[in-house]
Amino acid sequence: MYYRRTLTEAQINQQLLGTVLTTPLWWIVLFSILGIVVAGTVGVVGWMFNQGLGVTGLRQPVFWGFFITNFIFWVGISHAGVMISAILRLSQAEWRRPMVRAAETMTVFALMASLTMPLVHAGRPWRIFYWVFPYDWARGIWPDVRSPLVWDPIAITTYLTSSILFVYTALIPDLAIIRDRSTGWRKSVYGVLALGWHGNPRQWKIQGFAGILLSALILPVFVSVHSIVSWDFSVSLVPSWHVTIFAPYFVIGAVLSGVSAVVTLMIVMRKLYKLENFIWEEHIDALARLLIVVAMAWMFLFWLDLVFALWLKEEQEITVWNLRMFEPPWSWLFFIFFMFSYVIPVSLWMFRSVRRSFTWMLWTSLLVNVGMFLERFLIIVPALMRKGPQTFTYATYRPSPVEFIIIFGTIALVCFLLLVFSKFFPLIPLWEEKEGQLLMDEVKVGNVYVPAMVKEH
Amino acid sequence: MATQTKPQSATDRSEAFKWSMVIDLDRCTGCEACVVACQSENNVPINEESAFIEGRAIQWIRVERYWEGEWPDIKARFIPVLCQHCENAPCEPVCPVYATYHNTEGLNVQVYNRCVGTRYCGNNCPYHARSFNYWEPVWPEDLRNQLNPDVTVRSRGVMEKCSMCVQRIRRSTRSKTPNDVPDGSFDPACVQACPTSAMTFGNLNNPDSKVSKLQDDERKYHVFEHLGTAPTVMYLKQVDTHGA
Repeated sequence: MYYRRTLTEAQINQQLLGTVLTTPLWWIVLFSILGIVVAGTVGVVGWMFNQGLGVTGLRQPVFWGFFITNFIFWVGISHAGVMISAILRLSQAEWRRPMVRAAETMTVFALMASLTMPLVHAGRPWRIFYWVFPYDWARGIWPDVRSPLVWDPIAITTYLTSSILFVYTALIPDLAIIRDRSTGWRKSVYGVLALGWHGNPRQWKIQGFAGILLSALILPVFVSVHSIVSWDFSVSLVPSWHVTIFAPYFVIGAVLSGVSAVVTLMIVMRKLYKLENFIWEEHIDALARLLIVVAMAWMFLFWLDLVFALWLKEEQEITVWNLRMFEPPWSWLFFIFFMFSYVIPVSLWMFRSVRRSFTWMLWTSLLVNVGMFLERFLIIVPALMRKGPQTFTYATYRPSPVEFIIIFGTIALVCFLLLVFSKFFPLIPLWEEKEGQLLMDEVKVGNVYVPAMVKEH
Repeated sequence: MATQTKPQSATDRSEAFKWSMVIDLDRCTGCEACVVACQSENNVPINEESAFIEGRAIQWIRVERYWEGEWPDIKARFIPVLCQHCENAPCEPVCPVYATYHNTEGLNVQVYNRCVGTRYCGNNCPYHARSFNYWEPVWPEDLRNQLNPDVTVRSRGVMEKCSMCVQRIRRSTRSKTPNDVPDGSFDPACVQACPTSAMTFGNLNNPDSKVSKLQDDERKYHVFEHLGTAPTVMYLKQVDTHGA
């Protein structure tokens, strides 16, 4: 298992640029299917804009429902990027190499999907620029900086910008390779994008430095983005939202769902793009071990959140938690959430054979994200249903088909964008792989040779 | 040259007026005259039964009925709930576009033109005083002419709530000093319609007004005082004199 066939640089180029230089049939089929789903969703959103938010299941006092859940969900998924590429790069985890670009790209597209949600959810989306951009200079009305809804776009656009820069800096050497292998107008486009890369030592030095610098600069974003998103809730007066633990709880939860999404993505990529030579059992194993740690930290914060609610013995907090945990159908959702995002996957990941099985890891990582969507849903909706002690304001919420379609539409959108990206750019960085191979050596331990990383000669 | 009244600065008006309401629950019979009056004064859309079932009825004031005690010693209680015009309003800081803010006369006002419909204010209001326009409001043909020309008809996608009939306040106090506005010279629609005079409206900055005098009433309380929202609307508790 430890003995890998070393690939020559030409083989790496050929295998990783497969979909970029040629278009396989499955790509066209998948592109059409996802394209139709995305176009259909855009149509549904347009219809909803035309009719009004009455077509959703929202009602008083449950003013936020599936759309905000989905917003939080996608911001959570986007945490994979910074976790994999910045933290693992700075901590020099060698096994990150094949997944950095896919994770960062997924981050960019997940953030784009999340940014559509506040727009879709607003009552008058055509007026939303009031909120995001202070364009109305003449009137002197600026967005209210006290509102968490102003912090959100700032946090997310910061993350989006830095993620795009991150993806782009890492792409430059690969763009040059594609430039050298394409002809006609493609050559000129890739030529412009490659910024005159020739691979001389000075360029490599700058590129490497930029990567480290961006990793370091992106670290605060790692803490800030989901903290700020969680403040949408903690700043409010709603029972069980108004808690101080939300920021770390949301950040760790985001890392859990994000890294799980990376596992899903790596396994799907490996199958579709035939990347067996690059994505190994060891990579998925390393991700699964990381996931165990993250999931346990997240579970600790989850219990802390619950304990904080019960410790106060505040009647309304207990009412909300009681609804979440013991009143069907919410208790069913709670059970599914708890089993899917923690109990089932973490207990399975304890086994090495599961961690090294692509099938098992695919399904467990998907379970985690189903569970994490439910977690956000259970945070948002039951709290609004039992907002105050006046029982006459109790209400319930059932998402309408329109909301379901839009949720699935965003999933299709992210897959679609990733698919399109993979047509133009390699999903695994060529230069990272080559660098990894250069650094890899076999060290004799006892009677066997084991692979090791040689950083200093 | 025509005489021009000196425009009143913000501080002038904040010293002059602070609008408040006191609701005596001992007098409230739950007749809902206030609800009807508010609806016709403020162009509140007509709520059909389905709107209540869907939980999308738009009401600026509503009379909530609740039960006190255990059967057979049980009593039906009524409480009219409207926007409490909190001095420390939870709805205000969460709005990204200043669609809801505190004006200089102690009112929590809603600017429909600014509202983009994030509905965060609605989530954050513990009194459930805010309603969202899920659909474009429609009035029957023969009721179009009863719309109040002083009040904006809200479009779909915006939040709305009690304004304490700000149009009446504007009409009655425009370019006037507090001395020119005697207590009780005008009232919001709900106060005017209340047959038992359970509701009292007035200027808290005027020490002789009825609302100022009711401040010392021992039955006075604010709803959800523990939340620290400091409502301007006050309630007088219902007290059973002959053993409850």
